[in-house]
Amino acid sequence: MEKKTIGQHISQQYNTELEDLRNRVLTMGGLVEQQLENALNALEKSDVALAEQVVHNDVKVNALEVSIDEECGVILARRQPAASDLRLIVTVIKTITDLERIGDQSERVAIVAMRLADGDKDSSRWNVSLRHLGNHVRQLLHDALDAFARMDIEAAVRVAKEDVLVDKEYDGLMRQLITFMMEDPRTITPSLEAMWAARALERIGDHARNICEYVIYMVKGKDVRHIGLERMEEEVRGE
Amino acid sequence: MSENAPMTHGIDIGALSREKRQLDLSKEEICLQVKDLNLYYGQKQALKTVNMQIPKRRVSAFIGPSGCGKSTLLRCFNRMNDLVDGVRIEGKIELDGHDIFAPRVNVAELRRRVGMVFQKPNPFPKSIYENVAYGLRIQGSTRRRDMDDIVEKALRGAALWDEVKDRLHDSALGLSGGQQQRLVIARAIAIEPEVLLLDEPASALDPISTLKIEELIYELKDRYTIVIVTHNMQQAARVSDYTAFMFMGELVEFGATNALFTNPRKKQTEDYITGRYG
Repeated sequence: MEKKTIGQHISQQYNTELEDLRNRVLTMGGLVEQQLENALNALEKSDVALAEQVVHNDVKVNALEVSIDEECGVILARRQPAASDLRLIVTVIKTITDLERIGDQSERVAIVAMRLADGDKDSSRWNVSLRHLGNHVRQLLHDALDAFARMDIEAAVRVAKEDVLVDKEYDGLMRQLITFMMEDPRTITPSLEAMWAARALERIGDHARNICEYVIYMVKGKDVRHIGLERMEEEVRGE
Repeated sequence: MSENAPMTHGIDIGALSREKRQLDLSKEEICLQVKDLNLYYGQKQALKTVNMQIPKRRVSAFIGPSGCGKSTLLRCFNRMNDLVDGVRIEGKIELDGHDIFAPRVNVAELRRRVGMVFQKPNPFPKSIYENVAYGLRIQGSTRRRDMDDIVEKALRGAALWDEVKDRLHDSALGLSGGQQQRLVIARAIAIEPEVLLLDEPASALDPISTLKIEELIYELKDRYTIVIVTHNMQQAARVSDYTAFMFMGELVEFGATNALFTNPRKKQTEDYITGRYG
């Protein structure tokens, strides 16, 4: 059952409901992507106003999660969806939980940006590495949302693979920060802040990977969580 | 988790899934085996090369649009189609390994072993007691004391005893539709069949009576092989262990209900159960 389309229900209204639901998840995804983008920019440019905006907008992300959840509940009660429709609803319910958490992690990055802007400005040494990790994660999130929008399981597997690299990059950044702190104890406070930001970015990568696992479940009906990359690829390639 | 769930950190994830998810048709004891069954009503072919195995002491549901052949197939299992003019049947159906179309088969005996309940409750215009006792009486005399026991057991089995025990000798026609349907099921199980065929057993009933029938089906499956035809897909999803989807006389897909309703293998099944254009 590859490439599912939401439409073609005998009930036109049902098509509209599912299409609307999917669009709202994509809206939420777009908002979360924007939040991450702003948080990273705030961090890079020490832009406190932008960071504050991120913190403020997190409320919107939360509100969307609540309202999409409610919509799913209504569809479950009224339509009793089956097969791919059911899997779509399950996928949406789980995806928005991860999106909301990505929103929280972006907020965390924004808070770090505010704290760092207050203190020592000389953070250029690790800023490069952090920006690199940020861009990596931003691309990962973008690809994950794209895989969801297109129901593209090949792309979903690519994101899962890329997340492994993000985790490695995070480990490298940790080592780098530890080195800085050992060399010069005065950098401990900003380095710890940078660690928080790096940690949040690494978590966002994991959430993006989760979303891709749900996409595979939605399209193939196979649960590929906790089975490792190799088996995930087998499941995706298999019948 | 998928059926052959892997070992993760030494924990067998599959073992953590509920037993119900592990139903596997190939591992079931077979009750009815259908082999290359073709059925014609005159020129019109109603069943096309149907092959399937109905598992023993499980609930199998047949779903599909009107005219797909699900009731026709159900009626083959106790040779009800023999009564229809112009019917021609090719192929085989075996009950416990014996061909039910073989010439020496006693059809009355077959129907004792394979009971049937229809969409509209059809109690006889007799007392509640006599309705249940009827099948046994035509089979030959049974002592009064035994008969009382059998009637009570059947009514209890059909979850009707508590509602009718004080008026066993009142007319069955005074019962509600849901009660009548359970009475008919009691009549069917009084003669201890091996298989119960249910043709839309709840479609004329209100939701509460429907749930009682469904609950009854759940209780009866320990002792009987149950095959149910239903237009109500949610009902099939609720009561059955296995579901068969039929379309235009063909068996499209037959498999564990949990799998069929979450991840059907065939597109036709998917379109039907999700309410899409075929």
